[in-house]
Amino acid sequence: MRIPCPICGSRDIREFDYMGHAQALDRPDPGAGAQAWDDYLHNRDNPAGPTRDLWFHGMGCGAWLVVERDTVSHEVTGATLARDVKGGAA
Amino acid sequence: MAELVARTPCAGLLPIAGGGVRVTEVDPGPMTAIAPFRGKEKTLAGALKRAHGVGWPAPGQSEASGDLRILWFGHSHALLTGVAPKPTLANHAALTDQGDAWAVVQVEGAGTRDVLARLTPLDLRDGAFPVGACARSEVQHMQAAILRVAGDAYRVMVFRSMARTLVHDLQVAMRGVAARG
Amino acid sequence: MRLDKPGQIDRTQPLSFTFDGREYSGFAGDTLASALIASNVRVVGRSFKYHRPRGVFTAGSEEPNALVTIGQGAAAEPNLRATTSELCEGLVARSQNRWPSLDYDLLALNDLFAPFLGAGFYYKTFMWPAKLWERLYEPFIRRAAGLGALSGAPNADHYEKAYAHCDLLVIGAGPAGLMAALAAGRAGLDVILADEDVRTGGRLNAERIEVDGRPGADWAETVTDELRGMGNVRIMTRTTVTGAYDGGTYGALERLSPEVAARTGAPRECFWRIATRRAILAAGALERPVAFRNNDRPGVMMAGALRAYVNRWAVSPGKTVTVFGNTDDAHRTAADLLAAGVHVAALIDARPEAGTDLPVRFYAGAQVVNAHGRGGLEAISIATLSGIDKVQTDCLAMSGGWNPTLHLTCHMNGRPDWSPALAAFVSRDGAVPGLLTAGACRGDFSTHGCLAGGLAAAKAVLKDLGKRARATDLPVAEDAPYRISPLWAVPGKGRAWLDFQNDVTVKDVKLAATENYSSVEHMKRYTTQGMAPDQGKNSNVNALAVLADATGRGIPETGTTTYRPPYVPVPIAALGAGAQGAGFAPQRFTTSHDLSVEMGAPMVEAGLWYRPGWFPREGEKTWRQSCDREVGMVREAVGVCDVSTLGKIDVQGPDAPAFLDLLYTNMFSTLKVGRARYGLMLREDGHVMDDGTTARLGAHHYLMTTTTAAAGQVMKHMEFVHQCLAPQMDVSFISVTEQWAQFAVAGPKSRDLLNGILDDPVDGDSFPFMACGAVSVMGVAGRLFRISFSGEHAYEVAVPARYGDSLFRLLVDRAGELGGGAYGMEALNVLRIEKGFITHAEIHGRTTAFDIGMERMVSAKKDCIGKAMAARPGLSGPDREQLVGLVPTGAVKKLTAGAHLFDAGAEAVRKNDQGYITSAAFSPTLGHFMALGFLKDGRARHGEEIRMVDHVRQIEARCRVVDPVFFDPEGGRARG
Repeated sequence: MRIPCPICGSRDIREFDYMGHAQALDRPDPGAGAQAWDDYLHNRDNPAGPTRDLWFHGMGCGAWLVVERDTVSHEVTGATLARDVKGGAA
Repeated sequence: MAELVARTPCAGLLPIAGGGVRVTEVDPGPMTAIAPFRGKEKTLAGALKRAHGVGWPAPGQSEASGDLRILWFGHSHALLTGVAPKPTLANHAALTDQGDAWAVVQVEGAGTRDVLARLTPLDLRDGAFPVGACARSEVQHMQAAILRVAGDAYRVMVFRSMARTLVHDLQVAMRGVAARG
Repeated sequence: MRLDKPGQIDRTQPLSFTFDGREYSGFAGDTLASALIASNVRVVGRSFKYHRPRGVFTAGSEEPNALVTIGQGAAAEPNLRATTSELCEGLVARSQNRWPSLDYDLLALNDLFAPFLGAGFYYKTFMWPAKLWERLYEPFIRRAAGLGALSGAPNADHYEKAYAHCDLLVIGAGPAGLMAALAAGRAGLDVILADEDVRTGGRLNAERIEVDGRPGADWAETVTDELRGMGNVRIMTRTTVTGAYDGGTYGALERLSPEVAARTGAPRECFWRIATRRAILAAGALERPVAFRNNDRPGVMMAGALRAYVNRWAVSPGKTVTVFGNTDDAHRTAADLLAAGVHVAALIDARPEAGTDLPVRFYAGAQVVNAHGRGGLEAISIATLSGIDKVQTDCLAMSGGWNPTLHLTCHMNGRPDWSPALAAFVSRDGAVPGLLTAGACRGDFSTHGCLAGGLAAAKAVLKDLGKRARATDLPVAEDAPYRISPLWAVPGKGRAWLDFQNDVTVKDVKLAATENYSSVEHMKRYTTQGMAPDQGKNSNVNALAVLADATGRGIPETGTTTYRPPYVPVPIAALGAGAQGAGFAPQRFTTSHDLSVEMGAPMVEAGLWYRPGWFPREGEKTWRQSCDREVGMVREAVGVCDVSTLGKIDVQGPDAPAFLDLLYTNMFSTLKVGRARYGLMLREDGHVMDDGTTARLGAHHYLMTTTTAAAGQVMKHMEFVHQCLAPQMDVSFISVTEQWAQFAVAGPKSRDLLNGILDDPVDGDSFPFMACGAVSVMGVAGRLFRISFSGEHAYEVAVPARYGDSLFRLLVDRAGELGGGAYGMEALNVLRIEKGFITHAEIHGRTTAFDIGMERMVSAKKDCIGKAMAARPGLSGPDREQLVGLVPTGAVKKLTAGAHLFDAGAEAVRKNDQGYITSAAFSPTLGHFMALGFLKDGRARHGEEIRMVDHVRQIEARCRVVDPVFFDPEGGRARG
């Protein structure tokens, strides 16, 4: 598997660490309540199809990426810098 | 009075040669990490140009001016080598001394790319990695930086503490390449 | 026997080798199989289950029978295919799965018990009693079944792994692959052409086929020469592409030639990871056997393989050969044999309409129904309309048609389609993204079809990649149609083999169907057909055709099993190459390493780092003596310890204070410049991640320290928090762990020692407890921190790493003059336990700030990572196991880490568990053992007597719960 790092270009998967769904970007407010925090930390969908997850290019440029891929075909369709995703959402 | 004696990261380990490849330790002079403050990327590039005659390197690239080089070194920083940064740069960027943090070796000779192909998943073909290209990747199990300085010459950098492992891994790869003749 | 014709062998280079201890000879260019055939060796192994004698069956990597062990001692490698093993001078090969010898195999008795060893015999025979499994059944099965054995000695051979990148990977260098590589190479693509054979050409080396009016092998050689001359084409022979993976990554195993592999330092094999934009699979096709009674007799082999032996290696496995098939390939085989001067006793074509001009005894519409000859083929029985004919023969070439080699197209869950015209499965386009098929593996079996298919595939790739194709002429070659009348299994009595490698017969598959293992995947597992290295190469289509017949379904409905990587066996040694010994993981050495080793310190691993355990002195016989002395040194004089391995992170920027406030539970924005503070970091789930001191070097400049173990994790966490949670913050950070060599100088005389090396001496006013700042160390710009992990008046002094060795030597030397010296990890551990300081033994991932008594460090004035979740019910309160100190009070004076805690009168069983010990040591300062641990509601239980039980080491001790700070609880020594 290869991941198209927006900074470094296409790289072998061994350079990356996987974290989980990109939902981890949406940290609730401190006072959002137990349910919101529980959802944020623990509850994940298990989609068959497109998904977005976080990968860390630790052996490369050090960027956190939001990678779009398909859990059925394993196709990687894109990757964006997490800081840009976050910046865009803010 | 006694004085402190400096030791290089690869002291006693290099040079080595084999398989048409020679590995030597490089003293790149001062090395400083430069990370621009938010919104200061442009003014930093200007300040760099004025202070040292080089621009801010594009991702995967380096710029050189004499013995001085600036290497793209990560998602938001570069490494200035060969010169101590002019203090004016501190107005635009965080500066961090890295002059003792890295073991820097030069790997050169006709078989260099074959040797590196045994250690790094990086695409080192001319089109993907021309002279001047600089990448962060892994060398065997180590975080590394690789810089192409000439047709058959590359600089490989790993953290200082891993100098011995780097030399070991290069040696093993060189033996395999040498044996193929 | 060797034939009197040229072939692709070099008769000027004779090579001698041994097989089962007997000497033979062959020529350069031979495989072990062709050399054995030349030497008239017919039996080369015994079968897996029934120990039937077996001979060479194919001429490629699909070989099921001729599996041998090559090499001696630790270097012996089992289960190598004789058909792909290049002959070399002095080669030593042994047959397998026979005892005591190949000719006289006692376990051939298994063959007589065959009725009991059918499909599912493991399940049926060894059901009960269960306790006999270990003692009786398993040893018996291990002895009786299985192939070669490993030597058991460490493998001293070298293996390699390597990476390659290209635009186009062409898999297979037969006519289709060569044509594809030629067109792509001429157009300027970076091409890798891989083939598992030692030379390019594929079937052109095995057939008498002309391309452009000259021998096919010559044409292949010319094309190969042109490709070699291109800088953008890399030809990798002896390289089998073993798997197709996501994103255009392919695995390939390269075997080095015996000459190269014999050189010093040379690898035996290299596992390649090839990243490519596009791939063309031109892997050809594999010939199918026909199942008939005793079709596994030595001397029965595949027709295509026989042609390869005759044409390429100039050997014939028989003097009187018969040929049996259901396509024109049978005729081609007979013609090649006649051309080579080999007697053909009969040509049997299962197709009734077939005819021939060849001067041979010809049977149309007939079938071979039995093979005779125990140790090797002597005769065959042929069923004709008029009855059974028996023909004397010592070699039967058979052909049941061809199966496209589509394995790689199925590696990413692709399923092939059934082609009734070819009576074979063909791959579906797009089964592997970026991969096209060409030639025989696509079902184009003629030479013309292969050449045209290769060219077309290359053009499609060029178009796809936006490259212009250069003019490439299509060479002229035969374009014979493929006419097949399907023949899977000849009806009749007796055992007819489908899978020779796993000893699976037609009966086994029928039995599986009868017992309702009618799904192809179930049948495969019940009978073991197509399992293991075979991966269905020889047997798959026949077996499922038999299954389809037995279950009354068609072949498409029956389907095929899943082809999985690797296509050929890949040694684990090749996959893990480079990771043996010193290559297993990077070794990180501190600048004080050399002196520590000179001083005789045993170096212990701390993550990837190597740190000194203790520094033995003359007269000290145990580590405890050294450790106790070192602890005393620090408490009474001064000790020096390398602490460079702790993670150091330089944090800068206007938002650095706010960023650290977010990371840590406590406040760092309020820390004064020139001061350091202890900080606690949580994971977002509310548990403790790490701790350490952070110094404020400037208004917008901090230096964080992490524990040695968590340095990498903390750095990644900081990147996450910054990039993913707070990208608006203007802060940057970088590891400076390797930049600085840092030494703890601890003890009442630490300031005396330091002031001997600092250019400007420090005192209590200029450098109070928790002060930090820049200093000049013998003219070198360094840093000084007045922090203490021992509870003593202590400092950490840092200099650029290049001076580390020099400074450590000096510090140790000067410490000695003051009655101190270097101390190691053992003493460091005792010192910190005496003070109740925690490490990752305590913050092991399941403890909260509350558990370690630091809940007051979670600031109420701000948010921080982990704060919300730390407030969850259940993460604080009396039910939690809380950090306590323990001291022994009974007859047993020793406390051990890992032991569990129980109420004094309670039975030491799980349901009574009250907690556990995380750190324990003998304190020379206190004169007794002490321990840190976690105890339910522990803070409220100080003074209580409890019971410690170490079930593993069988130690039980009574102990008293005390405050975790054993020594100097007021902290006066560190402040003073």
